[in-house]
Amino acid sequence: MSMSTLRGAFTQRILELAKEDKSIFTLATDSRGSVTLGDYAKQLPEQFVECGIAEQDAVGIAAGLADAGLRPFVCGPACFFSMRSAEQVKVDVAYSHMNVKIIGVSGGVSYGALGSTHHSTQDIALMRAIPSLEVFLPSDAVQMRCLTDYLAASNEPAFVRVGRGAVEDIYAPGTSFTVGKAVKLAEGKDAAIIAAGETVCRALKAAQMLKNESINVSVYDMFTIKPLDCEAISEAAETGFVLTVEEHSIYGGLGGAVAEYLSQNKPTRMKILGLPDEKYYTGTSNEVFAHYGLDENGIARALKAGLNA
Amino acid sequence: MTVNELKQTANQIRADAVTMIHDAATGHTGGAMSAADILTALYCRILNVYPDDPKNPDRDRFFLSKGHSCEGYYAVLAHRGFFDKKELATFSRAGSRIIGHPNNQVPGVEVCTGALGHGLPVAVGAALGAKRTGKGYRVYCLMGDGEQAEGSVWEAAMAGANYRLDNLFAMVDRNGLQISGSTEDVMALEDFKAKWQAFGWDVCEVDGNDMEALVNYFEGEHAKDKPHMLIAHTIKGKGLPFAENKAEWHHKVPSDEQLTEAYRALDVKGASFK
Ligand SMILES: [Mg+2]
Repeated sequence: MSMSTLRGAFTQRILELAKEDKSIFTLATDSRGSVTLGDYAKQLPEQFVECGIAEQDAVGIAAGLADAGLRPFVCGPACFFSMRSAEQVKVDVAYSHMNVKIIGVSGGVSYGALGSTHHSTQDIALMRAIPSLEVFLPSDAVQMRCLTDYLAASNEPAFVRVGRGAVEDIYAPGTSFTVGKAVKLAEGKDAAIIAAGETVCRALKAAQMLKNESINVSVYDMFTIKPLDCEAISEAAETGFVLTVEEHSIYGGLGGAVAEYLSQNKPTRMKILGLPDEKYYTGTSNEVFAHYGLDENGIARALKAGLNA
Repeated sequence: MTVNELKQTANQIRADAVTMIHDAATGHTGGAMSAADILTALYCRILNVYPDDPKNPDRDRFFLSKGHSCEGYYAVLAHRGFFDKKELATFSRAGSRIIGHPNNQVPGVEVCTGALGHGLPVAVGAALGAKRTGKGYRVYCLMGDGEQAEGSVWEAAMAGANYRLDNLFAMVDRNGLQISGSTEDVMALEDFKAKWQAFGWDVCEVDGNDMEALVNYFEGEHAKDKPHMLIAHTIKGKGLPFAENKAEWHHKVPSDEQLTEAYRALDVKGASFK
């Protein structure tokens, strides 16, 4: 199984696209290293803007570049863009409908033992409540590459959250994706798992483990948090039990979005698996996942508990 | 427009703004009056704008960072023909796009503003965009003095100097007052000029209610390789005898009698949009 980082997939693709399209700009907040924008900054200095450690300013500058007719991508840690500059995202980007893309890297608990100053586990809740802002949580590098093409061509403001470490490839190179359309990765009639971001590959493994116990579950990759794929959610609900899995607070994230839809349209038993409302246990990203049952074992456990409840 | 015509127009803009506030029973009277001369100088003489083609890529950009002073801004945009003056009568009414802070659904408004400390970073981006794309337009941004306590203003001050944006013209409506009282009592700004100079800006001071001084500043020579800051000393409530230099007129609404008094003091017949 090959592994790749999503930030690497983004920076590689955006460099290719920016060489062809001079209106593409990237902005960093002393984050060119953590985003892996070093090559881009060297090769295309006229399409790169260093903003210093000033996320509010960076998002505002991006809105101004968009007003100048350019296509800016602001890149840096998801924790700072979703909170420190939340008002700039809301006002300068979304409310003003400026074509700005926010690429939040090292999202969720990627920064592990650095603690919750650097965790971004409220970003989905915050960003998806902002009107006219699209929100994406891609699950692997192939999907990120395809999403980068979409973002470069789209005129809609968007927030994208990716992790930090390399993740297992889920999709074959060249797979294409449609915004607003979740991907069904496994088919099963007993229950459904809806995951996004780095929980998708773990959900797939959990489904395999469950299959060995003759429990057949569907798995959906809901990379498109907003626009949300309500048809896929409705289909998942046909199984009678929906488990959502996310690297995010249990409040207001993917689980919240699914629950909002199902409770009002198709009441279905469900369980929201995510990070609890507490000061987090720290460790590597994998250790935190294991601690909170967001790894394949925990997901399989939660699904069985839900089915037997 | 000549300086005399600009002066008369500024008073008409004031009358339109104060009427909008009176009729809607909401608005920010003090700041709309202090900034009226700056807005009129810019829109009626200085800015290269295209009312029939508001998104023309070569237009000068203007950002009203002190978005609460929007009444005069909408009035001057309508005066320049960005939209029909009659629409000013819908100010703050249900469903109107002419709302209590600048809304970029209104032709001529670049971005939505009103949350303070947002305009200058966006202006820096627009000015940097002009530099990087070889465009000759200028970028203007009007801030309030109370607004200067927002940290994001100073983030943008650093970036503007860092990128040597000499196509960027920031202004502060230095009326000395904010909603709770004197800026020096709420959060002292002085030595204000020295602060901007220390951040690497080319700083000038003028009487911001003196039309000739404003025009001379904008049409004069400007330093190269530095962004420009104009500290425009103004009188909050300027032109309305009952409101001048009174902090409570930040968002107080004039009575019927005060509206009549305002027209008399401004030497105008009434609102131009009625
Ligand atoms: Mg003031």
